[in-house]
Amino acid sequence: MLNTNRKKLLEVDGLKQYFNKGQKTEVRAVDDISFYIEEGETFGLVGESGCGKSTTGRSIIRLYTPTAGRILFDGEDIARIRSRAEILRFRRDAQMIFQDPYASLNPRMKVKDIVAEGIDLHDPAKNARERDERVYRMLELVGLDESHADRYPHEFSGGQRQRIGIARALALKPRFIVCDEPISALDVSIQAQVVNLLQDLQKSQNLTYLFIAHDLSMVKFISDRIGVMYYGKLVEVGPSEEIYNYGVHPYTESLLSAIPLPDPEYERSRKRIAYIPQPPGADAKLRAVAPGHFVYCTEAEATAYQEKRNKRVCS
Amino acid sequence: MKDDRSIVDIDANNGTGVGTASADPHDFSPLKLENAAYEREKNESPSLNFMQDSWRRIRKNRSALISMVVLVLLIGVAFTSIWLFPHDPNRQNLAHSNLPPKIPGVTVRGFDGTAADNSGGGAFIDKYAAEGVPEGVYYYLGTDNLGRDLLARLLGGMRVSLLIAFVAAFLDLTIGVTYGLVSGLFGERVDSVMQRILEVLAGIPNLVVLILMLTIFKPGIFTIILAMIVTGWISMARIVRAQTMKLKNQEYVLAAVTLGQSKAVIAAKHILPNISGVVIVQMMFSIPQAIFFEAFLSFIGLGLRPPEASLGTLLNEGYKAFRVLPYQMWVPTVTLSVLMISFNLLADGLRDAFDPKMKE
Repeated sequence: MLNTNRKKLLEVDGLKQYFNKGQKTEVRAVDDISFYIEEGETFGLVGESGCGKSTTGRSIIRLYTPTAGRILFDGEDIARIRSRAEILRFRRDAQMIFQDPYASLNPRMKVKDIVAEGIDLHDPAKNARERDERVYRMLELVGLDESHADRYPHEFSGGQRQRIGIARALALKPRFIVCDEPISALDVSIQAQVVNLLQDLQKSQNLTYLFIAHDLSMVKFISDRIGVMYYGKLVEVGPSEEIYNYGVHPYTESLLSAIPLPDPEYERSRKRIAYIPQPPGADAKLRAVAPGHFVYCTEAEATAYQEKRNKRVCS
Repeated sequence: MKDDRSIVDIDANNGTGVGTASADPHDFSPLKLENAAYEREKNESPSLNFMQDSWRRIRKNRSALISMVVLVLLIGVAFTSIWLFPHDPNRQNLAHSNLPPKIPGVTVRGFDGTAADNSGGGAFIDKYAAEGVPEGVYYYLGTDNLGRDLLARLLGGMRVSLLIAFVAAFLDLTIGVTYGLVSGLFGERVDSVMQRILEVLAGIPNLVVLILMLTIFKPGIFTIILAMIVTGWISMARIVRAQTMKLKNQEYVLAAVTLGQSKAVIAAKHILPNISGVVIVQMMFSIPQAIFFEAFLSFIGLGLRPPEASLGTLLNEGYKAFRVLPYQMWVPTVTLSVLMISFNLLADGLRDAFDPKMKE
């Protein structure tokens, strides 16, 4: 699964995103996190509500201006770009899928115009006919058809709307997509539909995903690697199998223990592990406990985690 | 195919079991599923856009509908009368002063040209005959103490009121909406500065603004409009700002930012259409306010000056003679009230139509 030869498409280095900086109400939503995403890979970001995972996604897509740190996208530091031309070039390559399908489509625009918004902006069609054709192709890509193009968003179900949102993001032919909890507002049968669509599109369009969610089992299903966030920090990163089976940070363990399984035998004996936050040590940072598997800890803790992990692998 | 058969089976069982003997299994045909994926995504309901949907709702609101008709009639009459009823509202005819209303063919007291005789005993006499008005001359709403035709003056006054209404709406839509959008969309420091300016402007009572204007300009419609330019759009600006702030963090606006859309396009394409209901309603409420503002100023003598006709000056002249010649006050009072009530009821109806969730 881990392929070191692949190009790193996105590299986040020491990203900080503070709100109301310097005031009493300062919020450190994202506090010094670093990770990378390779081309064609899905990187899952999990954590509880308010831990900063959505903020991370929005900073990367430049909906916010980062307080500090570098965001290297294809070698270019997009945390620093200011001019409209540069921003527009970045927007072509990086798009976002939003959480709430009921809020992410403008209720006053026809589906056709929603999907074509990016086309009009970056690569205008020569005439109305060509524009329509391109919109229809996008709709077909996500399993809708041209009869839907002239309708308004409120006429669609949640799953259909989410697919319209996906079509809008794909219209620019981006290379990288931030999926900000794209399935958590949908019911379970539709979740599978959307996740499968995302995976098919990843293969056919050669996309790279940053997949944000709070449902570890879904993230494990779709991701190649997983990052676990807690309180603005990245506490554990690694390949998804490794995290799912041998996650060693106490917060990861707590998250894993919360996953329900459709098995009454298991459910009866399942014990939730509560996470008691510990103040991090002075020299805490991400340290390797296994190849590609990093945990946020101090030097001393690292060896303990390493042993814990190895014991689990052997047992 | 399995599904198809089961539908037929259920119907056949019902036919015998429940006792509807007339139901024959052969009457039913299997449900055709030609293209499952297509059928699943199909959307059969008719597509209504925002305006069609609102119109459907406002049609059910009787008071709003009546108000709309009344307003259309009033506006139509006020402006077509410039050509169809070309009487100068300021032309005096002292020989015909203080004549009561007289409408041809109407014998209802008060509209037949009779009035109580002031000199003796309260008997009703034909004023037109008493004043020696020639046969065939009718003043539908009577005349005032200078013999000016009240109907012509009323129509002139309505034109002034409606002009003020139009100016109020125009200022709301231009200065108010733009100010609110810019303030709300940029936020932070720009917003702080713009809101402080607004608070200073809102702190000055508009009567004071007008009186200050009067030190430079002559009283009249121009001065009233100037005063409205200074303060008339403030409540609209505040409402638009609040709505903009609410909407600018909506995901569809964020999506537009992600696509690389500029602020101006976001304001015009994403925010404005979604607050249009609120904007229209606020505009409709500010119109009667402005009409009343003008009438009030003209009444106390700070607005239009006699002999110019306005609902305010008509009221001012009418109330002095109310006890002897009540029609001189009734006419402008009823007109002003009908105008304001109609605008208010229509605004109410529009609010319910644009945002049915706000009703409760």
